[in-house]
Amino acid sequence: MKFEVGSALSIAAILFTVIVVAAMLIWVERRLLGLWQERLGPNRVGPFGLLQVVADMIKIFTKEDWVPPFADRFSFLLAPPIIMVVILLSFSVIPFAPGVGVIDSDIGVLFVLAMASLGAYSVMLGGLSSNNKYALLGSLRAAAQMVSYEVFMGISLLGVVALAGTFNLREIVLSQADGWYILPQCVGFLIFVIAGVAESHRLPFDIPEAEQEIVAGYHTEYSGMKFGMFFVGEYLGVVLVSSLIVVLFFGGWLGPAFLPPIVWFVLKASVFVAFFVLLRAAIPRPRYDQLMNYGWLFLLPLSLLNLLLTGAFVLWQEGM
Amino acid sequence: MAVAEDTTELDPSLANLVEELSLRFEQEIVAVQGYRDGIPVLWVTATGLKTLMHYLRSSASIRFQMLFDLSAIDERARVHREGQPASDFTVCYHLMSFTHPCDIRLKLALSVSALSAPTVTDVWPNANWYERECWDMFGIVFEGHPNLSRIMLPPTWEGHPLRKEHPARATEMEPYSLSQERQQHEQEALRFNPEQWGMTRESKNSEFMFLNLGPNHPSVHGVFRIALQLDGEILVDAVPDIGYHHRGAEKMGERQSWHTYIPYTDRIDYLGGVMNNLPYVMAVEKMAGIEVPERVKVIRVMLCEMFRIASHLLFYGTFAQDVGQLSPVFYMFVDRERVFNIIESICGARMHPGWFRIGGVAQDLPVGWDKAIREWLDFMPARLRDYDTMVMNNGILKRRTQGVGAYSTKDALDWGITGAGLRATGLEYDYRKARPYSGYENFDFEVPVAANGDCYDRCAIRVEEIRQSLRIIRQCVDNMPQGPYKSAHPATTPPLKEKTRLDIETLINHFLSVSWGPVVPPQEVTTIIEATKGLNSYYLVSDGGTGSYRTRIRTPSFAHLQMIPEISRGFMVPDLIAIIASIDFVMADVDR
Repeated sequence: MKFEVGSALSIAAILFTVIVVAAMLIWVERRLLGLWQERLGPNRVGPFGLLQVVADMIKIFTKEDWVPPFADRFSFLLAPPIIMVVILLSFSVIPFAPGVGVIDSDIGVLFVLAMASLGAYSVMLGGLSSNNKYALLGSLRAAAQMVSYEVFMGISLLGVVALAGTFNLREIVLSQADGWYILPQCVGFLIFVIAGVAESHRLPFDIPEAEQEIVAGYHTEYSGMKFGMFFVGEYLGVVLVSSLIVVLFFGGWLGPAFLPPIVWFVLKASVFVAFFVLLRAAIPRPRYDQLMNYGWLFLLPLSLLNLLLTGAFVLWQEGM
Repeated sequence: MAVAEDTTELDPSLANLVEELSLRFEQEIVAVQGYRDGIPVLWVTATGLKTLMHYLRSSASIRFQMLFDLSAIDERARVHREGQPASDFTVCYHLMSFTHPCDIRLKLALSVSALSAPTVTDVWPNANWYERECWDMFGIVFEGHPNLSRIMLPPTWEGHPLRKEHPARATEMEPYSLSQERQQHEQEALRFNPEQWGMTRESKNSEFMFLNLGPNHPSVHGVFRIALQLDGEILVDAVPDIGYHHRGAEKMGERQSWHTYIPYTDRIDYLGGVMNNLPYVMAVEKMAGIEVPERVKVIRVMLCEMFRIASHLLFYGTFAQDVGQLSPVFYMFVDRERVFNIIESICGARMHPGWFRIGGVAQDLPVGWDKAIREWLDFMPARLRDYDTMVMNNGILKRRTQGVGAYSTKDALDWGITGAGLRATGLEYDYRKARPYSGYENFDFEVPVAANGDCYDRCAIRVEEIRQSLRIIRQCVDNMPQGPYKSAHPATTPPLKEKTRLDIETLINHFLSVSWGPVVPPQEVTTIIEATKGLNSYYLVSDGGTGSYRTRIRTPSFAHLQMIPEISRGFMVPDLIAIIASIDFVMADVDR
């Protein structure tokens, strides 16, 4: 069996790595937050508290698997796997390094966006089926937020697509050999990061699960591994958005030859993962309507303008 | 034992007012009485009550803008009532003036056969909860009250606990049992019925959602429940429900001795620590006629200000957290820890030292006490500047809190709002400046005020108060007087140890005041302090015994929570959280 794009071995390796990384992120985030918040974070289980994740997993797997009697059982059970599945599927089009990936799709960018849209179902179904008012408020907020921010996310990516002339993520990376898209597409990058935070609903845009307001939002009624799936799904989302940022704006695995390409990819992605954590430590949460206004009245015109200018630039270059 | 004479000279303008009133309202005023706290007491008739209140509020030579407190006394077991009209239950109305440094107390005598008084909710909006509490605790009916129902105790409770015949200990009661029917009955009483809360189920256009926020919710700071009537996420109404933290602190005051009640006061505003002891011990000292040494005053001020900082830091952190900022609370807890380390080195305990004593403090300051304080005083300003950058100057936080939950000075006075919530509306009123106690007149500090009275301003005031408290503490450290840490007065508890070793009289006195507690002459005294959250007062009635006959604790948070519906209607759920956070309350302070 060869290790190449699409081989069973590489699929298994990527799936395994991604899930382990997402789980380890729980530890990374707690340690980083501890560092930035003048406290220790988990440091008791294993060296540097590394086995905390294992302990958490044992706990979460052995917890009673409880479905509230007042919930709609079918959709209640269906909701958590959706988020895991769609995010893991999104990883299939990510080109990690030359020869490392699941599939080279010519519609890679569109596929990621499509999966992100499906992710909204998980949150909505989870909140609605719980038959809990806090969950209902959370899923209402989530639906509005995710549907809106998908729009800007999509439009912000189109600039890159126009410059590269392809939806294929691997080709987008290759086309950055002469220069990363962060420079020509810095506006697109900023909008994508903001939309990415909103899509993975993390602080400051964790409005659907705002603890201080609506307890835990859409997953208030979830416990055990079903909650665990939402939880790991969030971290998978962080890894996914970081990977996408690297692929689209920071030249993917490209980098000086003294390090192998996959290491470059991991390094770059780690920076953005840490940035996500820092964001969580630093910024308060805007109000739900403020976030919506910000999106529709500021980000949307800006992303459209960015797209128009990029389009004009591409046309002008072709005309020359 | 004779009733102690009124030894305090009334303020001349107040004396004039009392004279003016007794001439003008000859029919309505039954008797006039004075006490050591300089608050004249007017016994009024039920019919004249409201006329007099209207007059005092808007036309008298000294105007009283606030109904500061409303409570009652069960007089049936009281021995020393010389000079007072016959009464089984007395309703006391404490009015406060913000233009003159004086208060006045109206008393209404009721007989047990006709326990009803006219409601004053139409004169003072904040009388609403106070009258409900009076009904709950004493069974006094307030005629015309809009919603006279239990407020502290569950709706199924039988009896009125502050009546003298009600047991004060569980051991005096039958063992508790819960039969099937009783359980059914209790559960039925918990069913939420919007009409009972003054809410409608639907409007012309939409059906409302009712959301039960609390008693357990991440941002209600304790056990506090608010029933929300929502149209989408917009608040149509928000009705607070309190009493989940009620533990009968006032009743406990009647069964403890003067001395042994001190630790209970620590737990009233549990973030205020020894600052809660202060109004209580000052009240007892005033009744017993104890003058405390200068050193005691300065030590007390210093520790109070430390606790003010500790409490404000906790407020600051949780305020930021409630608008979704994760980190500040950790930094501020670390700082709070530094304050607690200092407090622990002086008092031996951190949150609830119970360290003030009648006539002094528990021990003298330890050797080298000022070193850690000076280091901390040098350390804090830089941290506060960091917090300004992190929290107060943050754009998202400003957008979340500016213009949210605003009220005017007039509304604040109507609803009994004191402390930072009052100063945020632009009224420069700090009790430490307006009517200095415990030597505050000797300190140099400023009273921060703001203009808009919104959530942001309330926070900004407290932040500035931290700086002012640091100033006060530095003055304490630099100018700590020498001298004893306890008064030489015989009622000081426990008395100075040196003397007990020298003569038998003081030894006997020591023995008695430790085993029974000191005896305090019959008196009624109110003391008010500027506590961490607003004005906190103790109204103590002594019947010449070793314990209080009636302990009334007026807490700022109780009044502040009553205003929540007024200031949150029309906002969204996240705004309500910001409003709650900006009020800075603890439920122990509300329910007592």
